[in-house]
Amino acid sequence: MTAVSQPVAIRAYLRLELRRMLRDRRTVLFSLLVPPAVFLWAGTSAENRATEIAPGTNLTASLLVSVALYGALLTATSGGAGVAVERAQGWTRQLRLTPLAPWAYVQAKVLASMVLGAGSVLVTFAAGAFAGARMPVSAWVLCALAAWAGSLVFAAFGLLMGYLLPTDGVLKYLNLILTALAFAGGLFLPFSDGTPMAALSRVMPTFGLAELARAPLGGGSLEVVAVVNIVAWAAIFLAGAAWRFRTDTARV
Amino acid sequence: MTPTSSYAIEARGLAKEFRGAGGTVRAVDGLDLAVRPGEVVAFLGPNGAGKTTTVDLVLGLAAPTSGTVRVFGKEPARAIADGQVAAVMQTGGLLRDITVGESVELTAALFGRTSPAGPFLERAGIADLADRPVGKCSGGQQQRLRFAMALVSEPDLLLLDEPTTGMDVRGRRDFWTAIRHDAEAGRTVVFATHYLQEAESYADRVVLISRGRLVADGTVAEVKALAGSGSLEDVFLDLTEEPATPAEGGTR
Ligand SMILES: Nc1ncnc2c1ncn2[C@@H]1O[C@H](COP(=O)(O)OP(=O)(O)O)[C@@H](O)[C@H]1O
Ligand SMILES: [Mg+2]
Repeated sequence: MTAVSQPVAIRAYLRLELRRMLRDRRTVLFSLLVPPAVFLWAGTSAENRATEIAPGTNLTASLLVSVALYGALLTATSGGAGVAVERAQGWTRQLRLTPLAPWAYVQAKVLASMVLGAGSVLVTFAAGAFAGARMPVSAWVLCALAAWAGSLVFAAFGLLMGYLLPTDGVLKYLNLILTALAFAGGLFLPFSDGTPMAALSRVMPTFGLAELARAPLGGGSLEVVAVVNIVAWAAIFLAGAAWRFRTDTARV
Repeated sequence: MTPTSSYAIEARGLAKEFRGAGGTVRAVDGLDLAVRPGEVVAFLGPNGAGKTTTVDLVLGLAAPTSGTVRVFGKEPARAIADGQVAAVMQTGGLLRDITVGESVELTAALFGRTSPAGPFLERAGIADLADRPVGKCSGGQQQRLRFAMALVSEPDLLLLDEPTTGMDVRGRRDFWTAIRHDAEAGRTVVFATHYLQEAESYADRVVLISRGRLVADGTVAEVKALAGSGSLEDVFLDLTEEPATPAEGGTR
């Protein structure tokens, strides 16, 4: 018997997963339609477009990056949470009767949601380009990359939350939690320095990623506290998800 | 030199305990069992007797508390990776949003095969359902789909856990005709059931378990002879007891 190579199995799984996501109206809505719609609705007023926040960069651009990150986070989170949902349906047990390794399954799910997350960021940025966002060319590229890559942290968050929350309606809860986290972390409206909310926002898991994604707008500098925030939350989510995943052998 | 086992399944002192709030349940309690290649074995027992737990142990989905189980002389996980054993589970294990055909194709791809789904659907008697979403299939149709997915790796050993639960008489008859037909090629088949008539009609050998222990083992005629009346039902009622803990809801 020849052993099946995991990359081949992962590719097959990835293809199916992408097809599933594009067929799912809810996923398409939240990943590809809601982010550009939110941006067009909230970020493109004449005042925002006229407000210069850095040389050649308007407030609309900053709001664009924030909303694009939000879309990428939503997509990555629901991708991660999908693992627990499918576990509850006995699907991960079924997969254990195939040569696909459990970690390869998680990898395929996360990869697929990252592909969709890239689509989400691109669609949102395209809306921004048409609706008056202005920033240097390098910022267009770097902000998109940072928002997209940073959302990987939230794939681990989704994986962990999927295990912790009841699987019925988990995606609905996660959308709410994520929106609350986005506001609390100053993703949409940064808090003014010195206020208690500003202090609190710095420990939110969305704070570091928001700073990272917007860093290319202000010339690329990133505060140490933001880096610490990202690394710490990534470590917490990964460790938590890995722990739940490893100890998970129960029949469902 | 250790000779490789000539058994399809070989369990020695196999035991599995579950610890819970209400104390410890010994779901499988020191099972010794050897199944030869080509046998069709009915694994008979009342609800809660430990049938599903034993199937899980043979598949490596659960780790034994004590004792060992080998499949074709190998660790269960190894036998699965080699495509030698497949199973039709009692519940779950299907993605509702993909089609019947996609389910089989994915399984094939995960085994590194590019075979089309058609012939497997044909053998399971659901060739006309290829494009139907799994969630829209009846219980019996889903069961046949599980069977089709189990055929993909052309396993030498097929485990079926109460495969006909919830099927009507005709569905049950058709299902067993498909299995019988397929087993003629020399495949080893072990099926858990609490339908006496299924055991009588389709098995070469009956293994009766109660409270995780083997209480009778032999050909249908031999086991029947254990009760004076010569009916399998009498043997069943004589030798099996209510499970140690109240069987909640029945089908697990
Ligand atoms: N995960 C579990 N935790 C606790 N008890 C369990 C678990 N799985 C099965 N059991 C118990 O083990 C016994 C055997 O169950 P099972 O193997 O499902 O029986 P069967 O398939 O023959 O109906 C039952 O008493 C059942 O309640
Ligand atoms: Mg059972």
